[in-house]
Amino acid sequence: MAAEASTPTTLFSGAWIVARREIRDQFRDWRVLAPILLLTLFFPLLMNFTASQAVDFVGRYGAPIIGERLIPFLLMVVGFFPISISIVIALESFAGERERQTLEPLLATPLSDGQLYLGKTAASLAPPLAAAYLGITVYLIGLLVKVQWVPSAQLLIQILSLTTIQAMVMVSGAVVISSLTTSVRAANLLASFIIIPVAMLIMGESMIMFWGRYHILWWIVLALMLITIVLTRMGLRLFNREELLARELDVLDLRGTGRRFRSSFLSGARNPIDWYGGLFSKSLKRIRFPILITSAILLTGFLVGYKQAEMFTLPAEIFQVSAFDKDWLEILRGFGMLTPSGLVKILWANIRALILATIFGVFTFGVLAEILLMAPMAITGYFAGSLTQAGLDASQYITALVLPHAILEVPAAIIAGAAILQLGMAAISLPKGSSLGEGWTTSLAEWARISIGIVLPLLIAAAFLEVFITPRIAVWLLSGS
Amino acid sequence: MSSIEANSLCKMFGTFTAVDDVSLHVKPGEILALLGPNGAGKTTTIRMLASILKPTRGSAKIAGYDIAHEQEAVRNAVGLLTEQHGLYTRMRAGEYLAFFGSVYGIDSSTIQQRTRTLLGEYKLQESAGLRLGQYSKGMRQKLALVRALLHEPQILLLDEPTSAMDPESAHHVRSSIVELRSDDRAIIVCTHNLFEAEALADRIAIIRKGKIIANDSPVELKRKMVGDPIMELRLACSLDGALEHLPEGIVKIASGDTWVRYSTSQPEVVNPKTLSSLAKAGIPVVTLSRVERSLEEVYLQVVREDESQEGMNDGR
Repeated sequence: MAAEASTPTTLFSGAWIVARREIRDQFRDWRVLAPILLLTLFFPLLMNFTASQAVDFVGRYGAPIIGERLIPFLLMVVGFFPISISIVIALESFAGERERQTLEPLLATPLSDGQLYLGKTAASLAPPLAAAYLGITVYLIGLLVKVQWVPSAQLLIQILSLTTIQAMVMVSGAVVISSLTTSVRAANLLASFIIIPVAMLIMGESMIMFWGRYHILWWIVLALMLITIVLTRMGLRLFNREELLARELDVLDLRGTGRRFRSSFLSGARNPIDWYGGLFSKSLKRIRFPILITSAILLTGFLVGYKQAEMFTLPAEIFQVSAFDKDWLEILRGFGMLTPSGLVKILWANIRALILATIFGVFTFGVLAEILLMAPMAITGYFAGSLTQAGLDASQYITALVLPHAILEVPAAIIAGAAILQLGMAAISLPKGSSLGEGWTTSLAEWARISIGIVLPLLIAAAFLEVFITPRIAVWLLSGS
Repeated sequence: MSSIEANSLCKMFGTFTAVDDVSLHVKPGEILALLGPNGAGKTTTIRMLASILKPTRGSAKIAGYDIAHEQEAVRNAVGLLTEQHGLYTRMRAGEYLAFFGSVYGIDSSTIQQRTRTLLGEYKLQESAGLRLGQYSKGMRQKLALVRALLHEPQILLLDEPTSAMDPESAHHVRSSIVELRSDDRAIIVCTHNLFEAEALADRIAIIRKGKIIANDSPVELKRKMVGDPIMELRLACSLDGALEHLPEGIVKIASGDTWVRYSTSQPEVVNPKTLSSLAKAGIPVVTLSRVERSLEEVYLQVVREDESQEGMNDGR
């Protein structure tokens, strides 16, 4: 019996074996081959024709700038069309192989999950990217011949980078989707979560290019790189033997999910005191790192706002000290302050912001939630900066107008932000052995525990302070100044 | 030392227990049939032993390697025939085997040589030019078995090896499995085919609802589960007067004009006595043979006992 069989030693050698087979298989499928050939050869020539016609046309009417902007845009489009196939290939490679039940023999081999992931990803990327680069080359040669147009090195690198990173985003997203489903049909349905944002991105990029702000494209490349990293990490988490074989059917188990949520929410507590004890000893401890991140982000927001006041300075007259007298309280009462209805309004506004931040956070790994929570801090910073610019003592105003309620509202925002960040990151930081659904349900329960047990009471208290106490302290501190 | 040593393996998917406290020991050269209905936990057990799934509890060693911590070595030592053949239908046999060979790190000349030998052995050489999508179900299953054997593994885990085959192919594959044992391989065959289990296995483990409910040689299983062996005595004359010559201690089960069936715990003692006593009495004997008990009887008996045990536990 042979004992000489041994797995390919490096990550890349194993991945290459997988990729080579898949690429060969793709080139046997006319459904993949035909669009690639069409988009590589025919489409760039069509774009050449379009570009030369457009340049002629706009030139006749004295608007050559439109032609100048159209050519780079078409360059991007020529690169994008072939890479759009990468998503189909990736879905076929990951979900398709699972559906055809050809994956298990592969999982039984000594190849690691990483080698399989990398090999399949490379196979999904390589042919569409090669087609895109070839299409770009054909288009550029055509342009050189027809309208003698040559792109700057920077533009060319930007387009190539965008094409590459967009393909990577689509493929890494397709892997995540494929890992969550057991059929190509289900994966195709979920693929709209990738296709729609990418289509919107292309529209945005086209606007930027027509606007002529090419430097913004670098920021898009950077953002897409970050998204690729996050999606790749998520894909690696999901694309493993355990997760792939445990998921035999796509079944929505609402009862099971409810049970898991309830059990995580209660966390074994027998009474409310026990539950609160666990909230502070376990839940807050678990989000201590997100708390640090959120604190840093809110502080950054304040400092950015403060700095902005130097550039966008408000006139000093608007900070009239005399405004803070007893009449001011009456004016505020007119807006609902110092009344119970004001408390409800402010509390509801804060809760609404929290819900919105949670929704955004869930779909953006917590990023948009942090930005949303950062905004009021930036405004406060801008306010403080503007006071300083007006020659006033900002600390006095902040102490009078913000601090009395911020002392509870800011910790509430930090803890809420941390809980949302934790929830948003649940998909890419799953506990060992739990599926995406299980991990997410547990994180949602944790978010609910923190929101109900800590954030909500803090927000109620902060709203009370803001409505009834802050205005009085403001009058007391500022009216005599 | 066992080639396969599984101790108290347990696998849970969420709250569902797929495999519960399974212990199996298979020596080199031995074939164990894992017999059970669909959903009994056979495939999950096999997947754990092949280091594809991690056990929730328990441990196992395959060819001396720990399934939880030495996964790569385990997968190198195991040849797994999955329940679904899982072939790439656009490929040809040679290309397919070359791919799997390279995955196992076998050099190309060895792959070619083994491919020739194995395809010849399994009568697939003539179909080598066809795409795998053009293969019949039986041919696909045979090629999947060839794939599992390509790296010459010490351990073979075969999940329903003849499920899609015609009787002739199934017979051929069964013969091949028996031959593979002579290489000192340890083999586990998952099946719900009782005939196959009896034909192939040195030992049979019956699995139900994730638990092993019986594990022994087919003969011992039969003895334990359906009682003492039954003998059938056929005479050339009427049975009248012959019964009194039968030795004491036998239990008469049934009889006809010229035959009688009896059970005995010691056939090796009772049968010679019977024959000599009948010969002395001048009663002509046509045959004295053991009545074959089917594994189906054993299987149904084991499952019934387990069900009634389960009922008693639930009632408590």
